[in-house]
Amino acid sequence: MVASYASLISRDFKFIMTENFKPETPEQVLELVNWAAADGHVFDVSGSSSKKAYGRSSETANGLSLSAFAGITLYEPEELVMAMGAGTPIAEIHAALQEKNQHLAFEPMDLGPLLGGSPNGGTIGGALACNLSGPRRIKLGAARDHLLGFKAISGRGEHFKSGGRVVKNVTGFDLSKLMTGSMGTLGVLTAVTLKVLPAPERTRTVLIMGDDTSTAVQAMTAALQSPHEVSAAAHIPAALAARSEVSYIAGAGTGVMAIRVEGPGPSADVRCEKLRDLLAGFGEIQELHSMNSAKFWREVRDVKFFTNDASSEKQIWRISVPPASGADVAATIMGALGGEVYFDWGGGLIWLALDRREDAGHEIIRGALKDGGHATLIRAADAVRANTPVFHLQPGPLAEITKRTKTAFDPKGVLNPGRMYEGV
Amino acid sequence: MAIAMPAPDQSVIAKRPEIIAAMKEIVAPECLIDDQEELSAYDQDALTAYHQSPLIVVLPETTEQVSRILKYCRANQVKVVPRGAGTSLSGGALPLGDGIILGMSKFNQILDIDYDNRCAVVQPGVTNLSITQAVQHKGFYYAPDPSSQIACTIGGNVAENSGGVHCLKYGLTTNNLLGFEVVLMNGETIRLGGKHLDSEAYDLMGLLTGSEGLLGVTTEVTVRLLQSPETVRAVLIGFDSNEVAGDCVAAVISAGIIPAGMEMMDKPLIHATDDFLGCGYPLDVESLMIVELDGPEAEVDYLIERIEEIAHDCGCMNIKVSTSDAERENFWAGRKAAFPAVGRLTPDYLCMDGTIPRHKISEVLQKTDELAKKYNLKVANVFHAGDGNLHPLIMFDSNEPDELERAEAFGADILTLCVELGGVLSGEHGVGVEKRDLMGTMFTEEDMKQQQRVKCAFDPESLLNPGKVYPQLHRCAELSKVHVHGGQLRFSDIPRF
Repeated sequence: MVASYASLISRDFKFIMTENFKPETPEQVLELVNWAAADGHVFDVSGSSSKKAYGRSSETANGLSLSAFAGITLYEPEELVMAMGAGTPIAEIHAALQEKNQHLAFEPMDLGPLLGGSPNGGTIGGALACNLSGPRRIKLGAARDHLLGFKAISGRGEHFKSGGRVVKNVTGFDLSKLMTGSMGTLGVLTAVTLKVLPAPERTRTVLIMGDDTSTAVQAMTAALQSPHEVSAAAHIPAALAARSEVSYIAGAGTGVMAIRVEGPGPSADVRCEKLRDLLAGFGEIQELHSMNSAKFWREVRDVKFFTNDASSEKQIWRISVPPASGADVAATIMGALGGEVYFDWGGGLIWLALDRREDAGHEIIRGALKDGGHATLIRAADAVRANTPVFHLQPGPLAEITKRTKTAFDPKGVLNPGRMYEGV
Repeated sequence: MAIAMPAPDQSVIAKRPEIIAAMKEIVAPECLIDDQEELSAYDQDALTAYHQSPLIVVLPETTEQVSRILKYCRANQVKVVPRGAGTSLSGGALPLGDGIILGMSKFNQILDIDYDNRCAVVQPGVTNLSITQAVQHKGFYYAPDPSSQIACTIGGNVAENSGGVHCLKYGLTTNNLLGFEVVLMNGETIRLGGKHLDSEAYDLMGLLTGSEGLLGVTTEVTVRLLQSPETVRAVLIGFDSNEVAGDCVAAVISAGIIPAGMEMMDKPLIHATDDFLGCGYPLDVESLMIVELDGPEAEVDYLIERIEEIAHDCGCMNIKVSTSDAERENFWAGRKAAFPAVGRLTPDYLCMDGTIPRHKISEVLQKTDELAKKYNLKVANVFHAGDGNLHPLIMFDSNEPDELERAEAFGADILTLCVELGGVLSGEHGVGVEKRDLMGTMFTEEDMKQQQRVKCAFDPESLLNPGKVYPQLHRCAELSKVHVHGGQLRFSDIPRF
């Protein structure tokens, strides 16, 4: 009966009837995309839909879930490489890597709870499509730096691949970079190959107590300018620190700046000592060890400070700025709009929670980025996202090349149309 | 010259005086080179087997001039070959007889060094090494270090996504960039990134990096600066076979150690470099490895001990740990002189650049040996063992009939072998002209058409560095057609959710 459904769903009638497909082979994906391109349908491409509420609210569309493309197909720990279906759950990847003391160094975020879903629900394809990376971004790169190669099906209904399984590769255009962060608007990822890395033998986190954000950003800058190989640097103001599930942080009674070092045991210990000496002038110093340290950095990574009940109605912004300017940018925005913030990436990443506003404060927020930067509305009600630029608006020439790039892959606008920008 | 370039367009060549006049309107007189003798300085890059005199050379000084030049060239259908220092080993900057060379050498200023944000804003004609030289007094450096770093420019590094010996730990050019200003073929200037990380939107910066000058011309680059490591030490390890050496590389990484650099040399290369410099390499070994560790002193000392244990467990023949910077530099001296050392043994050589999964190294070296016999040519191998990047140096004499052709065929066989074993055609030198006709060993026709559609989005008339990277240039109008096969779902059994 499918053929008759399909013939009913023309462009004019698609609001009447859409279907959710869960193809199991690349050929089935190809068939679906060809069908959509021919008959004017659109697809909402997803992994597990854990980040469905992120991005512009898209047109009514047929669902195309990659969840059947699950499973690790190759893992060679001594080669630091793992290949898998794009719909493989992140949790499965973490578990396999853990057995060999390895990890995904870019610390993929789990946005589930922040977006009102359950934790640990994401797929690797979704993580790559959004290119959202955790605290270690400042040392070991973003998701885009760890995708070595992929297979996909374009909106033209053609198989294509790029990259490979090796790190060093300049053979043809680096489409892996382009696919990462494209939110499924260019192609349907079916298989991906990732660079994996040894997990650190030991982790230490130095805490400096204090609520002043300017001082915190100065201290983080000093730590990041040192040769002590800091792998994460965050500052959590007092009100947010109190929401931590790590008792040291929650009980601090003030703001907390945290500096993470990782590596072989003796090295992590020595660097931790040296950082304590370096930062002694910035406030009282404490330390988090393995378990608490891991828990705390997951909270920073997953924006846990804004997932409590009181925050559930707030609009959440993710603002990337030159790190040394973080405190000033945050002060400017909060001076105009109020709200709560914390800092990751040594001051370069501001997470902002605002009371609900129809315009989500987007003009004021983006106006505050005079030294450069980028603001993304991560969470807001559908109605707000429908009328507010979720992603930074692009100047004319950049918007045009963005559209031409989309057209090169998906001329009929079949894949996630409008998810990033209108007409893309 | 075994690889053919597109036939020059005589109508453009006929318009040369007109093009020169137009360029004189845009750039200062000293920034235009049209004298045949002076042009000869530009007629090749570091792939010396290929040369071609360009129509003219233009050396713009500002972004606005670059924009006006590209706009003119697009309007008048004149091809453009961008050029940095001309150190490409793959012919990426090989001129076209009917195209201008857009030389970026006047863009040689470091515009801003920002230690608080740990980055530098530089013009593309700045050399790789001069960035580090400008910031090292403050304890910083720029990580990617291609062996041509004294001469090669950042603009060229961006175009080729250059690597170096420290890629395993610190990444390639693409992993060390924050922002760009780039002029497109239509003359429009776009800015990507900045001093912040990870702007949402399509990662055009990542796309342009390694695009070999086919998509745009960078006019400003913001690079990440890293803190110089506290300590650097190296270990020199000799093995009685390439296979054991390869196993040792895997054992180091399996132990969770990511060295700053891990280099292997085969026997012919060990002897060539030792004859050249007398650097004291052990001559009784089949394979020699340099493992460099950098970082906090406590970490380096600890890891060196572990690497010594691993090397002994693997059955190494001898091992030496550097006890001073001078000794470490001595370990590297031979490796760094690999090219001139081989150059002494032969009138000409080709430097190949494939990447393979690390554990295939002994298989590749063995098959390379067999191919050397087949082609009756000598070869020496250096290998960035940490990241699987192999540089066979094929020795030949271009004055002997057919030796260049044999050397090229030998190189092509090695690269095809790399692809067959799960690797790629180019690790860091780029495809350029040299490997263009081998792209089909790695990509299907559909893969390459999709890549060329990206080219069409940026440069629909294929005026920017044509004849490089892709063996066959399809017309964009042809590529943009959508062949619709659908209309009906034949797969009635596709599951729903």
